Amino acid sequence: MSLLDVTDLRVSFPTADGVVQAVRGVSFSVDTGRTLGIVGESGSGKTVLTQTLLGLTPGSQVSGTAMFNGVNLIGLGPDQMRRIRGEQIAVVFQDPLTSLHPLYRVGWQIAEMIRAHDKSVSRKQARERAIDLLGRVGIPQPSRRVDDYPHQFSGGMRQRAMIAMALSLSPKLIIADEPTTALDATVQAQILDLLLRLQQESDTALIMITHDLGVIADIADEVMVMYAGRAAEKASKHDIFYAPHHPYTKGLLESIPRSSAAADRLKPITGQPPSLIHLPSGCAFHPRCAYVMDRCLTEEPQLRSVGDAGAHKSACWLPAAAIGTAEAAEAARRRAVGEGRHAAAARVAEEIAASPEGSVIA
Amino acid sequence: MSGPLSAVPADGGGSGELLRVENLVKYFPVRSTGMVRRTIGQVQAVDGVSLTIGRGQTLGLVGETGCGKSTLARCIAGLIPVTSGTVTFEGHDITNLPRRAMRPFRREIQMIFQDPYGSLNPRRRVGAIIGDPFAIHKTATGNERKRAVQELMERVGLNPEHYNRFPAEFSGGQRQRIGVARALALRPKLIICDEPVSALDVSIQAQVLNLLADLQDDFGLSYLFIAHDLEVVRHVSDSVIVMYLGRIAEAGPKDPVYDTPRHPYTAALLSASPAADPESAASRQRIILTGDVPSPINPPSGCRFHPRCPKAQELCSQSVPELEPKSGGEPTHLTACHYPVQAGEILASTGRREPV
Repeated sequence: MSLLDVTDLRVSFPTADGVVQAVRGVSFSVDTGRTLGIVGESGSGKTVLTQTLLGLTPGSQVSGTAMFNGVNLIGLGPDQMRRIRGEQIAVVFQDPLTSLHPLYRVGWQIAEMIRAHDKSVSRKQARERAIDLLGRVGIPQPSRRVDDYPHQFSGGMRQRAMIAMALSLSPKLIIADEPTTALDATVQAQILDLLLRLQQESDTALIMITHDLGVIADIADEVMVMYAGRAAEKASKHDIFYAPHHPYTKGLLESIPRSSAAADRLKPITGQPPSLIHLPSGCAFHPRCAYVMDRCLTEEPQLRSVGDAGAHKSACWLPAAAIGTAEAAEAARRRAVGEGRHAAAARVAEEIAASPEGSVIA
Repeated sequence: MSGPLSAVPADGGGSGELLRVENLVKYFPVRSTGMVRRTIGQVQAVDGVSLTIGRGQTLGLVGETGCGKSTLARCIAGLIPVTSGTVTFEGHDITNLPRRAMRPFRREIQMIFQDPYGSLNPRRRVGAIIGDPFAIHKTATGNERKRAVQELMERVGLNPEHYNRFPAEFSGGQRQRIGVARALALRPKLIICDEPVSALDVSIQAQVLNLLADLQDDFGLSYLFIAHDLEVVRHVSDSVIVMYLGRIAEAGPKDPVYDTPRHPYTAALLSASPAADPESAASRQRIILTGDVPSPINPPSGCRFHPRCPKAQELCSQSVPELEPKSGGEPTHLTACHYPVQAGEILASTGRREPV
């Protein structure tokens, strides 16, 4: 059994404009000592997904289960949740400036976290531990910096302090929600290295949420690609990058400028992500998909195994064998589209071709 | 596409040169609080930067937060006065021109900003926002203006029927297209793009980058393209400048700078930037810099990078390195370093990660 097993999680928010279906049936698991990368664009539901696990989405309607260490996190009361959150599952958020209280000293905030979960620790002991933690995450002169306020820290140091806080109770699982997005490249490299080193030292499980495929390529073991509240594709890091099946994953990879690609032109995905209130029928990606077929308009594909190994799953109607960017795979995709596209899908394909940037996807 | 149209402070501008910046310095005073606001220091945001941009060319400007790249852009666009140095546009000295004298040049030099939310007035309609340049420069009125705006909207991939909508009704990528249309309205020769795609998702980012490339081909535009994403800059640029703490660390045609960086900072920056490719991420020797960027109020002596540099020696803290070609490199590839990185040299690095 995995450390965390999430099954068919659904999260929606009733609003005045309608029900926002932020997460629509997502299942995944994370094992001790492994890193799951969740990648997706704004509004794909990746943040809501993990915040729901921690009971941080008030006002939402949630169904499904999330078994963590034998406890279902969904529907847990606030007191029980408070005992798990921080102590067993820690979070590192994107913006270290707003996640630290500006009026309290950094060391005090870490010590407070320790004492809130274990009253037997004295103030002095908690402070000693805070200094030790700041040293472990690479803050220079921790015994002096422990009395600094957050504004006296640089962005990278604040994120280190957040990580120190996350580590303070030796959690089993760390959820890092875009932890390096606000940081410069050289600082980002420092922080990713730190997270990896700490994970290896203490065998923690890590969920890394990001929109940056470069970060995923760096530190994930398994990857889940999310689109419009669902998992579009789940696979090992290698398969996601070198043998993608879902056209969305493929489109994301082709959108990134790379020095290795000789082509002068990027190949963006046409159109915009859908509204989560008025989702497209069938597959939510069909209005942007170059391989749209008739059944994509009416039937929503479920995750199924593709390729050779069972671990690679994709929610797409294209043939399971059509993975990767090789010519044979592209031919298989074209053949499937040739057979599966009739009047209805042909109309959608025309609309895609006519939208801005449509010309690049032939 | 590389040529002499780089950041080279060469002598005598050729006919292909559009913009020349020489020895530009921008200091911001730091004042004490209290009744008498004495100047107690200077933020040395840009300290002696020279560059040229050729017609139809793109100059990429990379560097981390606080390196002065946005300040440099604002100085070039004439949005803030410079402390010293000159900005020459098509042979005219436009440094610190008075408002009225600057006005004709404002038509030629336009900007696109990073934040597609903050750079559009939320209470004005899109047609009015894009039409503003026509109104300000009194080049088109009434129906003529409306037609010009709708043509622009169509050109940048917006539906011209959305003329009367508000910015809030558009997505981030569409808003950035609005910003592009506004910059394009007066047919400028130079567009300064300050992190134009940083706020966008990757699939949308690629759409906007392609649009900028198309417009460059159609109108012969020059771009000064500022970004912190090294792969994006490599994709769009002909030449590249790497800035560190207000000075140029390295400059030249993009391929030599990216393939054989000579400045240790460039090498570190390139090794740290995450490539979306697990195999290269696993095999790459990363140079992890220690510490943070120092304060530009009291920058380090000599080479400003020396406190963080894995190769620093005594000389580096004593004398400022000249930006000059280094032996074994192309004459247009300039590096400001006393001990430039040699081919095949491995700087301090963390251990290799296990393979994928």
